[in-house]
Amino acid sequence: MAAATANALEVEHLDVRFGEKQILTDLSFYVPSGSALAIIGPNGAGKTVLFKALIGALPYRGSIRWGPFSRLGYVPQKLDIERDLPLTGMELLRAKASIARTPRTDIERVLSLLGLPLSTAHDPIGTLSGGQFQRLLLAFALLARPTVLLFDEPTAGVDRAGEGLLYETIHRLQLEQKLTLLLISHELSVVYRHASAVLCLGREHPFFGPPDEILTPDVMAQAYGAPIGFHRHDAHD
Amino acid sequence: MTLTTETLLLSVAMASAAGLMGAFAVMRRMALASDALSHVALPGIGVALALRVHPALGAMAALGLGAILIWSLEHRTRMPTETIIGVVFSAALAAGSMMASGDELLDVLLGSPVALGLLETAGGIVAAACIIAFVITHKERLVVSLVSADLARTSGIPVEPLELAFLLAFALTVGLGLRYLGVLLMGSLIIIPAASAKYIARSLDGMLRISVALAIGSTLLGEVLASRLHRPSGPLIIAVAASLFFASLLLRPRR
Repeated sequence: MAAATANALEVEHLDVRFGEKQILTDLSFYVPSGSALAIIGPNGAGKTVLFKALIGALPYRGSIRWGPFSRLGYVPQKLDIERDLPLTGMELLRAKASIARTPRTDIERVLSLLGLPLSTAHDPIGTLSGGQFQRLLLAFALLARPTVLLFDEPTAGVDRAGEGLLYETIHRLQLEQKLTLLLISHELSVVYRHASAVLCLGREHPFFGPPDEILTPDVMAQAYGAPIGFHRHDAHD
Repeated sequence: MTLTTETLLLSVAMASAAGLMGAFAVMRRMALASDALSHVALPGIGVALALRVHPALGAMAALGLGAILIWSLEHRTRMPTETIIGVVFSAALAAGSMMASGDELLDVLLGSPVALGLLETAGGIVAAACIIAFVITHKERLVVSLVSADLARTSGIPVEPLELAFLLAFALTVGLGLRYLGVLLMGSLIIIPAASAKYIARSLDGMLRISVALAIGSTLLGEVLASRLHRPSGPLIIAVAASLFFASLLLRPRR
């Protein structure tokens, strides 16, 4: 089927449950190669659970089909790292380079792409700031030259100034490297600006479509159970 | 135990394996697990004595089975490893104490001052070499999976098999000390040098080097003291390791 090869990801009738609790029910959506899908929804809607199912960390029913030759890069929301763990960012990146059989020179390329100084990369990971750690995790994901990047709440733990910079970086990377991007975000104005499609995991059922159709007061109120405001005026500028 | 070349070789190999495994165990927050896992050997020894086979075989079999049981329970229940090891360890201690006498238990836990045969020494050195080779060849995978299982998974690392391999290597390391230090003291030799190293080091390679150096240093110094004082070597090795741990608290570089 011609359409199948153009999609980086096709999900059909996905069910995920924890014991008795159903988290995701009959979820279907697709992500064309090179596009950006934003995943939004209220807390507890199952956004991170969806990512975990997509990367094979959780059991599920239904089908998850990645496009041929897909290489996943995953940037988790937060990691429970001990502050005094004696492991430097550089050691983590070297481990990834070795596993992915990527030359070590690639580490410097990725670090400069993300504006992370070498001296910072040589610090123990537990001592990095929220923004520095996010960039390190993004560098980790980009090292194996992924075709798909899954990014869970890119700006959690990052200050306002770092937030805009991080979204710009992700957007630039997506365009330059023709990455398919799956992005969980609470920043609806950013979603409106950068996403090609939106998957909203609502309280009752999911909504999937272009940002114009999903990010409407009606759909938002249904999904969140309350009116949600966002700065739509800065969209697509 | 008299200090011969074979004993020294075995000591260095065993301490190196303990130092390397300990570093990863401490970073994975499995510090208590090694002491607990060591007790899993007891019912195996009880069964071996009853069947009149070599106790080391029974201990190794029990440790291997214990590691597999802990691994499969962890995946079924998604409970933390330490909780599961705590349960398995208590059950094993109860079963072991029903099957073995008090003296036998003490020998297993604290080691007995018997001379090791050539076969046992050679077997110990080979097993230690296997553990060292495992850690060195899997270092990168172990590092990524200890930071995050999800990052490991998306990096193409088979996380569950790696966890089982780690637990089995860990169990083998504990088993190494069975006839020599006793499983209880071997647990300490795995954890104490690694805990000191974690406190001093600022990088993984630094931690691995310091952990191995402290484990070897404690073992050799403990053995020399034991032969001078005519005391069993196990407790002295651990006393030296513990002293070095307290000394390391003073050595920490300014952060």
